[in-house]
Amino acid sequence: MLRIAVLKGGRSLERQVSLRSGARVQDALERLGHRVTAIDVGADLVQRLREAEPEIAFIALHGRDGEDGTVQELLEAMGIVYTGSGVSACIRAADKVLAKHAMRDRGIPTPEFYAFSETAFRALGAAEALPAIEERLSFPIVVKPAAQGSALGIKFARSPADVPQALVAAFSYDRKVLLERYVRGRDLAVSVLEDAGAPRALPVVEAVPVGRDEQPFYDFEARYEIGRTRFDCPAELDEETSGRAAELALAVYSLLGCSGFARVDLMLDAQDGELYVLEADTVPGLTETSLLPQAADAAGIDFDGLVDRVLAAAMATR
Amino acid sequence: MSGPGAGQGPPTRRHRSAARDIERYTALFASRTRVMKSSAMRDLMALTEQPEVISLAGGWPDTSTFPPDSYAALMSMVASQSCSRALQYGPTDGLGLVKRCITEVMLAEGIEVDPDELLVTTGGQQVIDLVCKTLLDPGDVVVCEAPTYPGAVPAFCAYEADVVQVTMDRDGMRVDELRRVLDELDAAGRRPKFIYTVPTFHNPAGVTLSLERRHELVEIATERELIVLEDNPYGLLRYEGSPLPPLRALGDEFVIYASTFSKILSPGVRLGWAAAPGPVLEKMNIGKQASDLCSSSISQYFVGAYFESRPWEEYVRSLIEIYRRRRDVMLDALAEHFPREATWTHPEGGLFIWATLPDYIDTTDLLARALDENVAFVPGRAAFLDGRGGSSLRLNFSGVAEAEIREGIRRLGEVVSEQVALYGTLTGSRPARQPAAPEPRRPAVPAAPEPRRQAVSGEAPPVAGERLADVLRLPRKRA
Repeated sequence: MLRIAVLKGGRSLERQVSLRSGARVQDALERLGHRVTAIDVGADLVQRLREAEPEIAFIALHGRDGEDGTVQELLEAMGIVYTGSGVSACIRAADKVLAKHAMRDRGIPTPEFYAFSETAFRALGAAEALPAIEERLSFPIVVKPAAQGSALGIKFARSPADVPQALVAAFSYDRKVLLERYVRGRDLAVSVLEDAGAPRALPVVEAVPVGRDEQPFYDFEARYEIGRTRFDCPAELDEETSGRAAELALAVYSLLGCSGFARVDLMLDAQDGELYVLEADTVPGLTETSLLPQAADAAGIDFDGLVDRVLAAAMATR
Repeated sequence: MSGPGAGQGPPTRRHRSAARDIERYTALFASRTRVMKSSAMRDLMALTEQPEVISLAGGWPDTSTFPPDSYAALMSMVASQSCSRALQYGPTDGLGLVKRCITEVMLAEGIEVDPDELLVTTGGQQVIDLVCKTLLDPGDVVVCEAPTYPGAVPAFCAYEADVVQVTMDRDGMRVDELRRVLDELDAAGRRPKFIYTVPTFHNPAGVTLSLERRHELVEIATERELIVLEDNPYGLLRYEGSPLPPLRALGDEFVIYASTFSKILSPGVRLGWAAAPGPVLEKMNIGKQASDLCSSSISQYFVGAYFESRPWEEYVRSLIEIYRRRRDVMLDALAEHFPREATWTHPEGGLFIWATLPDYIDTTDLLARALDENVAFVPGRAAFLDGRGGSSLRLNFSGVAEAEIREGIRRLGEVVSEQVALYGTLTGSRPARQPAAPEPRRPAVPAAPEPRRQAVSGEAPPVAGERLADVLRLPRKRA
């Protein structure tokens, strides 16, 4: 039996999702016989952690602070062991631009992109370069904030006239945004779970929007609403493609230095049949509709087993 | 939620695996639940409730001015005089003593009503629900304003209404457009079941239907035998100008009138009412039996005691003073801090101001940015079912203190200005696009505002080229 603090909620835009992830984790840990204190992360976090004196913190936070290394750094400073990836992996994964550069440098396929800070537009006249970028990426172009976890702030620009507006929207979420080539195809996710000391790729999940043909994109709403999206797990893929997806996910996992668990999102290009990695998520959702629990389920690992493994991986690092 | 002892209790949720969970529940959900309000908006709105956030997003009256002593005295009066009855079920249509209070309030609005024509409800919200329940089959047409009361949207959705929204300007719903819409529907062989309107101090638009249009609207309803649901929660909260007669006072044959004690006494009592033609009222009564049998007897006795103990108008007058000052503070702050590309309405009463920004600003995204600065509002899309409203926002001034209104609008103005400037940078030296409504320039001295008024159009014309495919496509036409 361990004294565990479950960190959830917080001020990120994914607060509600995190509360749901956290509640499920809390239940699972109790069933596993641990003593759990749930903490809705706020200004009194340090004080509450001191009071709770946990042997380990289970981070069920998504988005800013919880997933970008901030809370991890704080826990390091307090000498508290925590689940999931360490500070540097979180920083690299939460910033899509850093992650994509790392992938590109390593030869892992990721859709072509350009990233800019607000300063580049304000002070360096980056707007002048937009036509050249648009030509390179060709429309439609995906415009997204560098650091937003869910699909919030992601826009499709279908023509040059759409781009400024899409950039303004993306800059609502972050000081850095990226313009990315749109990959038309199937939306896949490979979750990685550390099992007996080694990262293991779980079966591929495919997200298929239900009855919304006009929607080219797996959006924020669908992601969390039961009945809005059909999940196929394992996804109907030929052996070679699912093997390649697993291989890429594990490569990204190790490239970014993740630990415990993570989820890697990919697109299977309908045109050339190639897989492209979009991003990695170091604290994947753990709600009823989240992809990681579904993938684990398909691999014969129930939710308690999943939580237990994440915990064990973290304890092994002390 | 966390809290002391959060970890001590027994597990509250039975464990099932994720994939099976989804399968199991999906099969059970009614198809209408698929089109309910978006979770993205809900998740964003949840953050507006954080204590450090100045929330201009609420629709709340200020209940802090109600004296605790009076509350205690009234409750003890209920306890000593009506204990067993207050603790008992009551009649579905409401207690006679509350109906007497309602006739007083309606008289103050200019309507004479027979207590037999009244149904006491659980808030004005229940009237909307009961009218939908009574009149709508799936796919039936409801006509309402664009924008409409965001709280009516879930009701329309739950009854699978096909909602048609009619544009507003500073004089409220455009009746000429309404006629056109009705003719078009008629030509298509479709007859709307009812027209939902908030004619006075509209939520969220902040405008009031002109007298001329009131007459026209009642005429249309009578001529075509269409029901108008007149939602009038704010009518008594007038800060300037002369009162206009409610639609119900101009013709009661086809008007269902809805109002509430929420804004003149307390939303906590959850008491509202409907005045409707007899046959409709009867069906609504049956609908209410299914929903909740009757509204709270405790609340009804409380309201009765309150009306007996003092002139109820006094408290309303005190609220008017407070809200008028807050409205003025917000209008001044808007004039001072919002960029000139923005427009907003000048409400003569009620609780809300509706602001419209240049069309390249998406107020749902803007809310995320505003939350960084700890200020919140309701994105305009919440008030539309057809995807419009993306550049508008609703601001509440009744529930927030003056200093907070000033600071909140200052922060918001800064964020909006920042986005306007960024757009200017992104589009080269071109000046930012002007919004649709013609507008007088901002006054030089914000203290004496001649505020810019706006037409409450759904949205400004689209930017050159195709419109953005919104990832957050919150409302859908088919409710």
